[in-house]
Amino acid sequence: MLGITQTTNKTTLLRYLALPQPEDKVQCMYIWIDGTGENLRAKTRTVDFVPKQATELPIWNFDGSSTGQAEGHNSDVMIHPVALFKDPFRGNNNKLVLCETYRHDGAVHPSNKRNSCNQVMQKAKGFEPWFGIEQEYTLLDTDLHPFGWPKNGFPGPQGPYYTGVGANNVHGRDIVESHYRACLYSEIKISGENAEVMPAQWEFQVGPCEGISMGDHLWVARFLLHRVAEDFGVVVSFDPKPMPGDWNGAGAHANYSTKEMRAPGGMKAMVEAIERLGKRHAAHIRAYDPNGGNDNRRRLTGRHETSSIDNFSYGVAHRGSSIRIPRQCSDDGCGYIEDRRPSSNCDPYSVTEMLVRTTCLNETD
Amino acid sequence: RYLALPQPADKVQCMYIWIDGSGENLRAKSRTVDFTPKSPKELPIWNFDGSSTGQAEGHNSDVMIHPVALFKDPFRGGNNRLVLCETYSHDGTVHRTNKRHSCNEVMQKVKDQHPWFGIEQEYTLQDTDLHPFGWPKNGFPGPQGPYYTGVGANKVYGRDVVEAHYRACLYSEVKIAGENAEVMPAQWEFQVGPCEGIDMGDHLWLARFLLHRVAEDFGIVVSFDPKPMPGDWNGAGAHTNYSTGAMRQPGGMKVMIEAIEKLGKRHASHIRAYDPHGGADNKRIDKFSYGVAHRGSSIRIPRQCSDEGCGYIEDRRPASNCDPYSVTEMIVRTTCLGETD
Repeated sequence: MLGITQTTNKTTLLRYLALPQPEDKVQCMYIWIDGTGENLRAKTRTVDFVPKQATELPIWNFDGSSTGQAEGHNSDVMIHPVALFKDPFRGNNNKLVLCETYRHDGAVHPSNKRNSCNQVMQKAKGFEPWFGIEQEYTLLDTDLHPFGWPKNGFPGPQGPYYTGVGANNVHGRDIVESHYRACLYSEIKISGENAEVMPAQWEFQVGPCEGISMGDHLWVARFLLHRVAEDFGVVVSFDPKPMPGDWNGAGAHANYSTKEMRAPGGMKAMVEAIERLGKRHAAHIRAYDPNGGNDNRRRLTGRHETSSIDNFSYGVAHRGSSIRIPRQCSDDGCGYIEDRRPSSNCDPYSVTEMLVRTTCLNETD
Repeated sequence: RYLALPQPADKVQCMYIWIDGSGENLRAKSRTVDFTPKSPKELPIWNFDGSSTGQAEGHNSDVMIHPVALFKDPFRGGNNRLVLCETYSHDGTVHRTNKRHSCNEVMQKVKDQHPWFGIEQEYTLQDTDLHPFGWPKNGFPGPQGPYYTGVGANKVYGRDVVEAHYRACLYSEVKIAGENAEVMPAQWEFQVGPCEGIDMGDHLWLARFLLHRVAEDFGIVVSFDPKPMPGDWNGAGAHTNYSTGAMRQPGGMKVMIEAIEKLGKRHASHIRAYDPHGGADNKRIDKFSYGVAHRGSSIRIPRQCSDEGCGYIEDRRPASNCDPYSVTEMIVRTTCLGETD
């Protein structure tokens, strides 16, 4: 057993999970994003019915002083259910409930990025904005060294690991497999997976999702990943540059299109959008990680298939550019664009909102 | 393999459960009966050797256990039952360690006020060396911050115990209302309620039994000690949420404040009742205070109740190892029966 995790016997757990659950008792696990803008928190309540929609569930609250979201003397932060998913851990009728945070006085909490994203998506509904995000991440042992790497050491240089197979090429595939199945069960729009360039690094893709559901599906997919990996005693890191040096960083490339871009001749709209994005590069960079661009600074060096953080560029099939136009779309004269700038720990609500503001609502600096 | 063996329909295992002389530990033993009991009254009074549980002297050690509540047995399944009991001395007097009896009398007296309770039971998981589960051996995890309601292998330890316990409680029809990971890593909380009257103590003690028994299956120890790790690590409490019918009605805030003021006049008496050692386990601040949404106060009025002008109050003083019979009895004596010091 690698690392220093103490594990619990899963066979024992299964015996308990096999106990029948009363039909009128449903566990609802409320999930929210905490004050870091990148970590998830969750707690459960029993309800006496099977909810069909998030709005049927009560507003709840938690102690925000423990999550970087409030002071101790006035610490209740409210959580409003916004999306429901089947719970792959508890099964039966149990649910995962994605929530937005609000202050007690009803004001949107400063850490709540979904609210304004949703408003923007409502405004831009006519554009039918679709997204697909390629979420990269790294598996770490509980000593925070990458999972499967030699202790106090490093594997051989990058090359054989990307989409690899074999015990010396990929580490932790069981987590990937379990996560994929859990996402499919919960009806998260997971569209694929692959092993990435750095060993113990993986990627899954979520989409195509329209509007607000991109952020919702990606956040729940992240929650499922943390929770699945927890069952394996392995840690998931969404840090954009977990290993300094000649090791790839992790991004969240955001593929994006509007109805116009997808229609024949859409290339014109694609190029217009890219030009608008080019004029707001710094503003987008600030929105593309939870620390105003500082996390991404470690990743976007211009090496390891990244663009440089200070310069905006685009090109067809060019993995060193900020925005890449896939070769196929170039051939077809329409399709979608790939914004390669968002960091793996970005907030997808902030990223998708910014893309729509700049390219649909024509906002400028 | 063995639990898959069919059990004769007319042979039912009844596990009698009681609280021992420590006031915080549970004991249990089983007997086979020839029928499926529907009510605890149908089951015989039994007894045990009280000299082994701090409840009697050796020369006259039979302590009687009277069944008072029945629950489905999630470990043995089928028709088997868990039987919560009260202890009595052989001469029929209430045993000195039996806190349920007087609680029940008090709850009967105030039946018409419909006192409801919900208790937030905190606890710590420990390895068999009694170091918190998941903590590095001979060491400590990083400071508190990331663990409360956390997810991830480096944020929470022992979730399987929590999941198994929750399902066992639901199966046994214990009124478990929720769970969350707590501020200290390996610390968790579950909530039981809303329960009326005597049910609060019954359901909480049963839930504690289920937790010890589930964790036993995982080779993990459960501690209800209110301060398991000295230093900059959270302690564990059993915050008790409470309301009467009058508090829950529109305008109930007036009744809530009256109750809080009565509680304020008896702070020391309540503190003595809020752990099994007369207050010694529960070294809290000596001053009584209350406030809306204020987690540093003795009694907290939830923000929502403040807004709505009615609801419930949260007494944050009980220790995690309190006896819920003693706590609920004391609250009712002070606020419904108007008892004073």
